[in-house]
Amino acid sequence: MTAVLEVSNVKKSFGGIKAVDGVSFDVQEGEILGLIGPNGCGKSTLFNCILGQLTPTDGEVKVDGKIVTGLRPSELNRLGVSRTFQLLQVFPKLSVRENLILAGQEHQGNMMSRLFGPSDAGLSAAADQMIGFFKLDHLATEAAGGLSYGQQKLLDAAMAFMGGPRLVLLDEPAGGVNLTMLGDLKERLAAINREKRATFVVIEHNMEFVMSLCTRVMVMAEGRMLAMGTPSEVRANPAVIEAYLGH
Amino acid sequence: MTATAKYWRIALGIAVIAALIIVPMNFNRYGLYILSQWAVMTIAAMGLNLTLGYAGQVSLAQGAFVGIGAYAAAIMTTQGMPLIAALGVAVVLCFAIGWILGYPALRVQHHYLAFVTLAFSTLAFLVFRNEDWLTKGIYGISNIPRPNVMGFATNRPLPFYYFCLGSLGIVSLAMWWLIRSPWGRAFVALRENPVRALSLGIDTRRYTLMAFAIGSALGGVAGTLYAPLTQYIDPVPFNLSLSLDLLMMVIVGGSGFFFGPFLGAAIAVLLPEWLRFTQGYYLMLYAVAVMLLLIYSPTGILGILDRYLAERRTKAASALRAVAKSRLETAP
Amino acid sequence: MSNLLDLLVAGLATGAIYALVAVGFTLLWQTSQTINFAQGEFVMLPAFLMLAAMHAGAPFWLAIILGILLSMLLLGLAFKLLLVDPMLRHGVLPLAIATMALAIGMKEAVKQFFSAEASPFPSIVPAGDVTVLGRVISLQSLGVLALAIAVVVGLTLLLNRTSIGHQMQATAQNPTVARIIGVPVERMILLTFLINAFLVALASLLITPIYLAKFSSGEVLGQAAFIAAIVGGFNQVRGAIAGGLLIGVVDNLAAAYVSTQYRAAVPLALLIVIILFRPQGLLGRPEERTV
Repeated sequence: MTAVLEVSNVKKSFGGIKAVDGVSFDVQEGEILGLIGPNGCGKSTLFNCILGQLTPTDGEVKVDGKIVTGLRPSELNRLGVSRTFQLLQVFPKLSVRENLILAGQEHQGNMMSRLFGPSDAGLSAAADQMIGFFKLDHLATEAAGGLSYGQQKLLDAAMAFMGGPRLVLLDEPAGGVNLTMLGDLKERLAAINREKRATFVVIEHNMEFVMSLCTRVMVMAEGRMLAMGTPSEVRANPAVIEAYLGH
Repeated sequence: MTATAKYWRIALGIAVIAALIIVPMNFNRYGLYILSQWAVMTIAAMGLNLTLGYAGQVSLAQGAFVGIGAYAAAIMTTQGMPLIAALGVAVVLCFAIGWILGYPALRVQHHYLAFVTLAFSTLAFLVFRNEDWLTKGIYGISNIPRPNVMGFATNRPLPFYYFCLGSLGIVSLAMWWLIRSPWGRAFVALRENPVRALSLGIDTRRYTLMAFAIGSALGGVAGTLYAPLTQYIDPVPFNLSLSLDLLMMVIVGGSGFFFGPFLGAAIAVLLPEWLRFTQGYYLMLYAVAVMLLLIYSPTGILGILDRYLAERRTKAASALRAVAKSRLETAP
Repeated sequence: MSNLLDLLVAGLATGAIYALVAVGFTLLWQTSQTINFAQGEFVMLPAFLMLAAMHAGAPFWLAIILGILLSMLLLGLAFKLLLVDPMLRHGVLPLAIATMALAIGMKEAVKQFFSAEASPFPSIVPAGDVTVLGRVISLQSLGVLALAIAVVVGLTLLLNRTSIGHQMQATAQNPTVARIIGVPVERMILLTFLINAFLVALASLLITPIYLAKFSSGEVLGQAAFIAAIVGGFNQVRGAIAGGLLIGVVDNLAAAYVSTQYRAAVPLALLIVIILFRPQGLLGRPEERTV
């Protein structure tokens, strides 16, 4: 069974600096892989290489068996890879529903159907379903800029799922979210993972979040993979403990 | 928005449309000419608003596209062809040129479209002026006939004004529908946050190019109305100044707002007229007024309105939140 | 071949003036993201200020000094404080439009308060010809060239050899980093505005005797400077210099060898070619792709 994501010996250097120095791993369908490591270990760079934001200096990335190394982010998106952002990137002037319709509209039809077809691209129902799922119902017509930070995070996640993606990469989804919202977010992500068999890769610093949500955890340090295993395995790994130095 | 607000909006819209139809019946020839000019310039400004206000690209060639449309109309109608044929030619030609200009320029840093359109603007002017076998050069084309619209002659000022107003109405409806469509949503996305738009699968380059090409085509449409309006065209009005004026109209009215071009064109066409009593100083006053407006509100006049309404909304929202909060705190 | 030397020298002379204007333009853009659409009018105005001083009775040399000082005050300090500072935080485009309005205002003001007709302007270089390599070249061209070169050299030395120059360069390349390393960024930006005003005043002094003082002379000059800055490289001062010289020469050669009707098209064609094939300009640094 082909892995949803296969990363083979990816390397990325900036001048003389080896940000990512040969990382390889697979992610199977339905897994939630956590990606952790001390600051500067290369996780964000690895993420960006997978997502097409950066082109790897070496190595290969495959999604569902297709080679995607070096494709542009919009092309990757249309192949079923989506992401959330560390710094919130919702569209503040559009309503919550509009944000969601926008997130989904490029995944169906073509330019002409989008021009001459219905103004919601047939996505109102799907958007409302997503709104219901993330419990944002009372905010459906509110401008996204007026939502609280935690609510915007939920919207950001919801947008990533609109296109029915195969693989979602979440960049520090827990960052800056208060405890109550965090519980909601974790619960919603777990639910969507179950119901849609969506595969996640999550970069996070919040250990509790990662350990309780992820099925497997990968630890990076200095551009290389330090450990890979279930949360409890990783937590007990002495090399990992040392890398974090009493974290 | 609330039902009453919507009701007021519709009522205002009807009142304005009625005024635009009824009030000019008492205008003299000159007044109707100015109003027709406003309608025509609004169409050109709407095109530029699409390119600039929605897709975020600066075009300095809108004046040249108006010129292309005007010359197409002038050349064809003085040869006896109907205006609608000229309209077709103008739209296709301007769209194609927009696409050709935009395609390579958008490959690179985004403000380079501005430079390419700047060059094109001046080149177009030179072609208008020099290729006199086609355009009659500096002598211009005169006796441009006014069209017959569905059996009605539009030679008199009032019927022609209605023709312009009607055209403006049709273009506005088309624009409204474009903005409401998924394309319009994509335009907003690529203006607000191109990186995020990309990550959602939006082909920003394709959409930007389309916005620019459509905007340019609208410039051509305006041009085909301009020719029968003035009934004489020469190269002089279609240089960089017109492009800059149109840019100013869009920004002063409020870039990215649907009614911005209407307002901006009104100010650009009507304000100098009203200030005429100040004789030599009116352009200076206009310049100063524009500068002061931009300092106060870089999002133009509609930007001021938008800010005011947004503040009222946030005040209302935070008032509601405060009430909700106090209820929570006093709950058992 | 025989005409070439004349054209070249004359082209370099006009080009050197374009270079002065283009350098100021580039500096404003680099340090404060200001696109000054009124730059052409900025070159038009100082000559009128000097003429006004002379009408008031001042001798030429005094009028020049007064004109330059007044230019630095109005087009440097006042421009920055009254128009640029309030608008900068709103982004590049509104400020650019505001400078368009400013250009209109300046043109009309001069037309209204001075004259709609072209006025003659004395030259600081004596008229006459000089024979070089058997060719007759106007002293005017040589004088303008020499003066402009002197200013450009002086400016380059300022930027590259003095500590103030280095600070200005740091501000131009990256104001945020410059602030961190202790460069007084605000003062440097003010300095660039003053330098620009000085450069345009000088350009005015050199070019007005040739083309006469008219309220509308800013248009062509502004566009030429704009093209020169882009062709040379919008993010490098020496690019502006190279661009200016190139445009001056190309323009002059085009006037001689291409039909007068399409002569203006040659620099524009050059602009389009550069944008398509070397968008950072001849000497510019490549900027990152967006989309």
